[in-house]
Amino acid sequence: MRLSITNLQVSFGERRVVDLAELAVGEAEIVGLAGDSGSGKSVTTLAVLGLAHTVGATVSGSIRLDGAELTGLSHREMREVRGRRIAAIFQSPALAFSPVYRVGSIVHRALRLHGMTRAEAAEAAERAMRQVLLPPGLLDRYPSQLSGGQLQRVAIALALALHAEVLLADEPTSALDVTVQAEVLELLRELRDRERMSVLFISHDLAVVAELCDRVAIMQHGSIVEQGPTSQVITAPASPYTAELLASVPRLAAGAGQ
Amino acid sequence: MIVYVARRVALAGLVVAGVIVLTFAIAHLVPGDPAATWAGPHASAAQVAAARRYLGLDRPPAVQLLSYFGGILTGNWGIAIHTHRPVLSDLAVVAPASLELVTAAMIIALVVAVPLGLISARWPGRASDHVIRAGSILGVSMPIFWMALILQLVFAQRLHLLPVAGEYSPSLLFTHPLTRLTGFGLIDAPLTGNWPMFGSILGHLLLPAVVIAAYPAGLLTRMIRAQVLDTIGDSHVQMVRSLGFSERAVFGRFAMKLAWNPVAATVALVFAYSLVNTFLVEAIFDWPGLGSYTTASITSLDTPAILGVTLFIALVYVVANLAVDIFQAAIDPRIRLR
Amino acid sequence: MIEAPSTLPAADARLPRGQALRRGLGANPLMVVGALMSALIVVIALLAPLLAPFPADAGSATHPFLVLHPPSAQHWFGTDNVGRDIYSRVLYGARISPLIAVIVLAISCAVGIPLGVAAGYFGGWLDETIMRVTDIFLAFPPLLLALALAAVLPASITTVIIVIALTWWPWYTRLIRGQAASVAGRPYIDSCRALGISRWRIIFRHILPNSITPLIVQVSLDVGGVILTVSALSFLGLGAQDPTPDWGLMVAEGQDYFLTSWWVVTFPGIAILVTAFAFTLLGDGLRDLMDPKRIFLR
Repeated sequence: MRLSITNLQVSFGERRVVDLAELAVGEAEIVGLAGDSGSGKSVTTLAVLGLAHTVGATVSGSIRLDGAELTGLSHREMREVRGRRIAAIFQSPALAFSPVYRVGSIVHRALRLHGMTRAEAAEAAERAMRQVLLPPGLLDRYPSQLSGGQLQRVAIALALALHAEVLLADEPTSALDVTVQAEVLELLRELRDRERMSVLFISHDLAVVAELCDRVAIMQHGSIVEQGPTSQVITAPASPYTAELLASVPRLAAGAGQ
Repeated sequence: MIVYVARRVALAGLVVAGVIVLTFAIAHLVPGDPAATWAGPHASAAQVAAARRYLGLDRPPAVQLLSYFGGILTGNWGIAIHTHRPVLSDLAVVAPASLELVTAAMIIALVVAVPLGLISARWPGRASDHVIRAGSILGVSMPIFWMALILQLVFAQRLHLLPVAGEYSPSLLFTHPLTRLTGFGLIDAPLTGNWPMFGSILGHLLLPAVVIAAYPAGLLTRMIRAQVLDTIGDSHVQMVRSLGFSERAVFGRFAMKLAWNPVAATVALVFAYSLVNTFLVEAIFDWPGLGSYTTASITSLDTPAILGVTLFIALVYVVANLAVDIFQAAIDPRIRLR
Repeated sequence: MIEAPSTLPAADARLPRGQALRRGLGANPLMVVGALMSALIVVIALLAPLLAPFPADAGSATHPFLVLHPPSAQHWFGTDNVGRDIYSRVLYGARISPLIAVIVLAISCAVGIPLGVAAGYFGGWLDETIMRVTDIFLAFPPLLLALALAAVLPASITTVIIVIALTWWPWYTRLIRGQAASVAGRPYIDSCRALGISRWRIIFRHILPNSITPLIVQVSLDVGGVILTVSALSFLGLGAQDPTPDWGLMVAEGQDYFLTSWWVVTFPGIAILVTAFAFTLLGDGLRDLMDPKRIFLR
């Protein structure tokens, strides 16, 4: 398994918010992490990125990338992993890009940070933009001039250009229209198939998770209550919580087994 | 963008008109009869009356205001009593030295404020934060004229590290006389290759510039800290972190970029404020700028000169505000794209 | 019967008032220092006649045989150019600058609040006119306008009070106007109007209380600024005159003797610095305390 998380515990002082026994994402696989808001999903993303301390949380447990342990790495070593090997996209793409930088500027800086020359960066950025079906000229625009969908695709392009192995997608479509949502989901599928990326797709929307993910893990109050192939979990949920979540999605309950 | 600039300029023009009217009002607050003062204590009634006609004081106030307005716009700002020269030409001579001084002070202030503000923001609540905060409040609470005297005593008089007063070493007047092209010593000296003079001016500039830098440094440190802390929780900062940038880049480059906007605005405002602070500092260091001119004018009750300086600085302030508005719209696209 | 909506709850009503206060104070030791220092200065001002060893020296006493004595056991801060005890004069000086500051700020509020509320609540041409006038006054950096006015008026403490107040009121008008306008724009004010509540009642019971908090913070921050402006004007000779023991005046008077008698200038200056510092520290802490989006630091 490319990314394997074992016995992950994240706490804010005394309060433990995540107690994850096991979660893994393999190569060329999309794993969904579903559950209500507040179940600790986003904090898990931060923990994997090694950024939990920036919100005041402490982390214990094991996070392995291709077998190598991440939790013991120094800050400098972790910075090399971040972005380059593990990329992330966030919920509000309009807020994720700094409003005073041109979008391309952030992309170029990130690429150059991870070792590319100016020419290489320019080329990689352009290529990645075409892969996400955006005209490279959009890189010259400011975030306020691009739509949410376009910005999210730029974020994905960035992960592509860096040839990240793992993509952590934290509610990437929640702030987007349904039609735009479909495009982004299609892109994620391409990342899995063409780039063989491991994608951890976090969402509270079980319908989207069911549609996109190969395997799914259901999270409640910081622990995983159920895990398995999507079709299995959706049609034959083992946990009562999963059944509750399914019941609250009218479309699925009616058309289960699609 | 052009519409935005045009709108701002028009508004600034309106304010300038109001400023001129206000200055006129102040000029006419002077108690006593200006004509009598002008004619002198032994003048006869007929002479005072003639003086009144000559000075245009027998016309209705509205007409006087209009002629004052016209005078200002055509460059007639009156004659300074203590120099017997047109106020505007006096200002042209003394303003550059003060502008030099305040610019140097701003640079010193930024060089101090940016790192200290960033350090405060990076480790908020720790001892370093409290010390820096106390320091910045000390800076804005400093009585400038007192600081000037103390620094002069300690560094110049007692330690002989820096020159006591003046714009440059007087002996250089003979060995390396300075040719004035622009009026700015620090520009003219390098332009004419007069390096000894350049060094001397810099040395003499240092103490007064440090004194004037105290207030802006304190203000800007606090502001940078506040701005950076304000943005550090935003998603885009977390995004940049997730890309692998170091904390130093996150704070110093990305968070700071958002802070430049309000910092630039503050620098412009504090620039004009500091020009006024020169009144309290220049005389002590014998720096030949607006401050020394104003102090001399106050002592000799030279109203036209005082009002000329007032008008000048107010205009600088309005222009500075205008420049800031346009600058902000330029670097923060959200403003002009609104 | 339908009751009029009450005023909005306080910004951080999530925590019980006392707990929020204590936590704020703990995170801000500097503010406590500022508060203590300010209180001390007020006490000194009130008790000056009792604390000063030579109360007469605060006036026009002259001691030809004690001229320019360095600090000693008898005269802790030394004597000035006519032999007066500087320590006593500095103590009495604590009555002047802070008092002027209080009067100035009171006048500025008295003028600024009504104008600001009127501009913010009524809007329209009243708002435009008031804003343009404040724009013009605000085109002058604070000390400049005060100085220009003080230069044409006779030098005295009264002049200083008037000119600084004239310089300060526009800031408060602006501040209150912004707050009043935003409060007036809130939906619940509309419902007040719809219920037929008189506009005066709306202004006094709803607009005013909700606009006042930033003003309180600003005033506490401005005390230091006014004290500095007062001493600057006195230093330039435009304010208090001899024999008043105004600190700025003392520094000006001591300038000529400064290079040989450092104490004449140093101690009054330290007094200005410490006073401005104390009140600004207090004001800064208050601002942090009242900030509705106060970041709870780790």
